[in-house]
Amino acid sequence: MSRLPVRKTYKLFIGGDFPRSESGRTYEAQGQNVARGSRKDARDAVRAARSGFGKWAGMTAYNRGQVLYRIAEMMEARTAEFAELCSGRAEVEESIDRWVWYAGWADKYAQVIGSSNPVAAPYFNFTFPEPTGVVAIVAPDEPSLGGLVSRIAPVIVGGNAAVVLASETAPLAAIELSEALATADLPGGVVNILTGYRSEMAPWLAGHMDVNAIDLGGADGDAPELERLAADNVKRVVRGRIGEQSPYEIAAFLELKTVWHPIGV
Amino acid sequence: MAKAPALPTGFELPLEPRLPRIGSVDQVAVEERAASLARRSIKKDAKIFALDLAVRMMDLTTLEGQDTPGKIAALASKAIRPDPADTSVPSVAAICVYPNLVPAAVERVRGSSVKVASVATAFPSGQAPTHLKVAEVREVVEMGADEVDMVIDRGAFLSGRYAKVYDEIVQVKEACGEAHLKVILEVSELGTYDNVRRASLLSMAAGADFIKTSTGKLPGAATLPVTLVMLEAIRDVHDETGRKVGMKPAGGIRQSKQAVQYLVQLYETLGAEWLTPDLYRLGASTLLNDVLMQIRKEKTGRYQSPDYFTVD
Amino acid sequence: MPAGWEYAPAPESRDIVTLEERYGLFIGGELVDPRSGEYFPTLNPGTEEQLAEVAQAGPQDVDAAVGAARGAYDNGWSSISPAERAKYLFRIARILQERSREFAVLESMNGGKPIRESRDVDLPLAAAHFFYYAGWADKLEYAFPNRRPRSIGVAGQIIPWNFPLLMLAWKIAPALAAGNTVVLKPAETTPLTALLFADVVRQAELPPGVVNIITGDGRAGAELVKHEGVDKIAFTGSTEVGKAIQRELAGTGKKLTLELGGKAANIVFDDAALDQAVEGIVNGIYFNQGHVCCAGSRLLVQESIYEPLIAKLKRRLTTLRLGDPLDKNTDIGAINSKQQLDKITELVAAGEEEGAEIYQPPCRLPEKGYWFAPTVFTNVAQSYRIAQEEIFGPVLSVLTFRTPDEAVEKANNTAYGLSAGVWTEKGSRILSMAQKLQAGVIWANTFNRFDPTSPFGGFKESGFGREGGLHGLEPYLDLGESEVRGG
Repeated sequence: MSRLPVRKTYKLFIGGDFPRSESGRTYEAQGQNVARGSRKDARDAVRAARSGFGKWAGMTAYNRGQVLYRIAEMMEARTAEFAELCSGRAEVEESIDRWVWYAGWADKYAQVIGSSNPVAAPYFNFTFPEPTGVVAIVAPDEPSLGGLVSRIAPVIVGGNAAVVLASETAPLAAIELSEALATADLPGGVVNILTGYRSEMAPWLAGHMDVNAIDLGGADGDAPELERLAADNVKRVVRGRIGEQSPYEIAAFLELKTVWHPIGV
Repeated sequence: MAKAPALPTGFELPLEPRLPRIGSVDQVAVEERAASLARRSIKKDAKIFALDLAVRMMDLTTLEGQDTPGKIAALASKAIRPDPADTSVPSVAAICVYPNLVPAAVERVRGSSVKVASVATAFPSGQAPTHLKVAEVREVVEMGADEVDMVIDRGAFLSGRYAKVYDEIVQVKEACGEAHLKVILEVSELGTYDNVRRASLLSMAAGADFIKTSTGKLPGAATLPVTLVMLEAIRDVHDETGRKVGMKPAGGIRQSKQAVQYLVQLYETLGAEWLTPDLYRLGASTLLNDVLMQIRKEKTGRYQSPDYFTVD
Repeated sequence: MPAGWEYAPAPESRDIVTLEERYGLFIGGELVDPRSGEYFPTLNPGTEEQLAEVAQAGPQDVDAAVGAARGAYDNGWSSISPAERAKYLFRIARILQERSREFAVLESMNGGKPIRESRDVDLPLAAAHFFYYAGWADKLEYAFPNRRPRSIGVAGQIIPWNFPLLMLAWKIAPALAAGNTVVLKPAETTPLTALLFADVVRQAELPPGVVNIITGDGRAGAELVKHEGVDKIAFTGSTEVGKAIQRELAGTGKKLTLELGGKAANIVFDDAALDQAVEGIVNGIYFNQGHVCCAGSRLLVQESIYEPLIAKLKRRLTTLRLGDPLDKNTDIGAINSKQQLDKITELVAAGEEEGAEIYQPPCRLPEKGYWFAPTVFTNVAQSYRIAQEEIFGPVLSVLTFRTPDEAVEKANNTAYGLSAGVWTEKGSRILSMAQKLQAGVIWANTFNRFDPTSPFGGFKESGFGREGGLHGLEPYLDLGESEVRGG
C-alpha cells in the first residue's frame, strides 16, 4: 500500500517567519493552494524589511558574503526539490552559482564603485557606496527561480532589505527559496517574499513612502503606473535585467556618499 | 611662586585638567578665513583711515648687533615725525630696541608721545635661567623702558612644562611694575595653531598685556592666520573675563597692503574697540616708509618714489 | 577714536559687460527669434532694473531646439573622435577662464549674488568643471570596467537660478564629454550668463546644434521634459517639480537624474574648533543668501556648548556686510526674486508664530531690490515648519542635542538627504557620523565645498544620480551589456 504524502502549506515569508496571509485568502497556482497576500501583508513586509535593514547593513561585508554563500549551500542541498518547481536542474544550478558569484562581490564592489577624489584644495575626499534601504522587487514570472535569484542577490549583497513579489503564476520556487533563506543565517526581514496577485500588492509597494527603491524587472504592462506611484517619494526605479549578473546590478541599489575632511596639522 | 593677576575663569592652575576647554584650531578653516578677510577691498577714505592708524600703531623696530646710539637717534626722529613734509602724519606708537639702547632711546623720545619698548628675557631664544631674565627685565624698566617685549620659554612649552612657562611670565610681569608686558610666542617654533592658541591663553592667564607673534629673527614670522588665531584667543579671554588684551603681529609685515589686511582682520574679529595703539601694535622695521608713500599717494593722487622718503 | 571704520564702496565695474536689449533663443548655433513671439523682462534683483528682454520658448521653439540637437548628434557629434570632443571642452574651459570677470559681473547683476562669490567660487568652478570632464571624453572605457559606454543622444537639461553658470557647467560638461548633444533651459530669472555662454560656444567653434539654450519659465521646461526627441532629462530644482518630472517620464524609458531640495543638518559637537565651526555655520547657511540646496539650514548644537556658540555666531553675523552685489566687500547679496523673497518672508513669519526666537543683526536693507537680513532662529522645535521645510534663504534654525545618537536621529528625521555637516575634533566620531548620516555629501569640519572631481547628489527625496567625478558620467551614458559573461 502506497503511503499518502504529507503536503506542504505554502505561506508567506515575512520577518523571518512564515505567516499565512492576514486576509486568510489563498489562490491556486501550480496545483497548490498558495497564500494570496494582501496590501496589509505588503505593509507588514515593508515594516519587517525596515527593521531587518539596520542589522544587515551594519554587518561587515565579509559576513554578508558568508551569508550569501550559505544561501548557495542551503539551495544545493535542496536541488532536487527546486528542480521540480522550475524549469529544471540547469536553472537551479545556475541560480546557486549566481549566489556564489554575488557572495564574492560583498567585500569588493565598494572598491570598484567607490573612489577617492583629488579635489583642488587641502581636503581628503572620498566616495563610498551605501545601501539604498528597503527595495521592492517585482520578480519576473519566468524563469520562476532564476529570475528571482537574479534580482534578489544584487539587492541584498549591497546591504539592502527586500520585499519580493514572487511570480504570480509560478510561486512555488519562491516559497522553496524562502525556506532555504530561513536556514541560511540571513537575519529576519532582510528578504521578505509575498505570493499572490501582483495587481493587489505592487501598487501599494510602489507608492509606499518607506520603500526607497523598486525593481520593475518583472513588471509588464503595469510598469508605467508603478513608476508614477514611485515618484511620490522619489524612489529609485530600476529595471533589473533578468539573467544578468554584474556589479552594475548591485550599484543600481546603492547610494553614493561623499565625505570631505580638511587636511591640516 | 608669584601670584597671578586677574586669572580668567577656567584657566586656574593646574592647567592640564582645563586643556579640553582650551579647544583646538582647524588649520584649513582658519587659513581660509584669514585669506577671505585679506580679500577685502579698502579704498579712499577707508584706506587713509587705515594707513594713519597703522602709523599710530607701529612699533618701529631695530634689533641688530650693529645698533648704536646714533642709529637710535635717527630711528627716534623718524618715530616722532615720520614724514617731515607732512605734519598731519602722526607719530608712531613706540620704538623697539635692545636693552643696551634703552637709555639712548629714552633720551631721544623725551617730550614726545613715542614710547620706548625693550626686548628682554634673553631675547630671542629665551634660553637663560629665569632669575637672569627677571633681573634683565627689572633693569630695562629701571632704565626707563615703558614696555617690555619678553619671549616665552619655547623649550619648556614644547616639552609640556606649561607651568614653568606660566610661572616665568608671572615673575616677569611682576618685575615690569608699571611697564606694559608684551609676551612673544615665537609662533614659527610652536609648530601648530593649537599650540599658538594654548600659548596665547597661557600668556594671557599669566598676565600678559599684549601677546606678540614673533621675535622677527626667524623666517615665517607673523602671518594673517596665526594672528587670527591669537585674536580669537584674545576674544575668548575677553568674553570670559572682560579683560582686554592687546595684540602685536611682528616680523614680515613690510607693505602697507599687508598692514591694511591686518587691520581689517582686527576690526572684523575684535571690533572697533581694539582699533587703538593701546590694544594693537604692528612690529616692523621697514613698513613705515611704504605706508608713508601710500598716504602721500592717496593725498596727491600720484604714485611715489622711495627717493622722497628718508631712509633712517 | 572713531566708533567704527566705514569701508568705502568698492564696486566692481560693470563696463566689462555688454548687454543686448533683447535676446533670442540659441538654437542650431544662432540666436533666433522665438516662434512663440513672446518675450519677458529679466531683472537685476538688487535694483529691480530691467537688464534685457529674453524669449519665452514655446512648444515649436522647444521642438526646433530638440531637432537641432538631434541633427547635430546624428550628423557628426556622435561620431567625431572622442579626443577631438575633449579638445572642444578644453577650449570652452579656457574661454571661460579668459572671460571669467565678465561672466562674474553678469552673474552678480542678474542673480544678485555677491561678486566675491561669483568671482571666487562660481566662475573658477565652472571652468574647472569643463576642464575636468574634457579629459574624460576620450577615456570613458576606463571609467566603467567591462563595459563599452556609448552616448545616449539628446539630453534635456533644466537648471535653477542659484548658481546659473555653474549649474550649466555641471550639466553641459559631462553630457558633451559623454558624446551627447544638449538642450539646456536656464532658470526663468537668471538666463543671461547662459546666453553669454552661447557666445563661448561660438568662440569655441562647437558644431551648430551641439549646445542649444532655450529660455523661458516652467512651461518651456515642461515642453522639454515631454518632448519625444529627448533621450535623457537632468533636472536640478525643487523636489515638487522633480516628482512631477519623474511622473511625467514614467514608462517612457528615458534616463533621468534629479538633484532636488535639502534641509541639511550641520552638527556641532562640544569638542569642535569653535571659531572655525562658526565660520562653517556662516558659510553653510549665508553663502549665496542661503539659495543653496545643500545649505546647512538646521544647526544642531550639543547643549553643553550652546551658549558660547550662539554668542559667537550672533557676533559674527554683525560683521556680515549686506548690500550691492557688485561691491567687492559684500558678503550677502540680493534675494534672487520677488517670489523667493515672499516665500522666505512667509516662512520666517511662520517661525515667529510657532514660537521660535528670531535674531537678525542690525543691518540696513537697500530700498530698491529684494533683500533679506541674515536670520537665526533659536528655540526651534523639530516640528516647526522652519525646521522641516526648505526655506532657500539666509535663515538658520537652531536645535540642540545631547548625545551623538540624538544628533543622528534628528539629522536623519527628514524626507531629504542631500548633505550634512559634522564638527568635532574626534576622528572616530567623524567616521561614525559619516556612516550614519543619510546624505549624499558629508562635510566634516567644513561646509559647502565643491569640486569637479567630487560626486554630488542626494539620498531619499533629494534626488538620484550624481554630478561631478567619475560617477557624474554615468547618467549620460548607455553602459549596455557586459563585454564578457559574468561581468
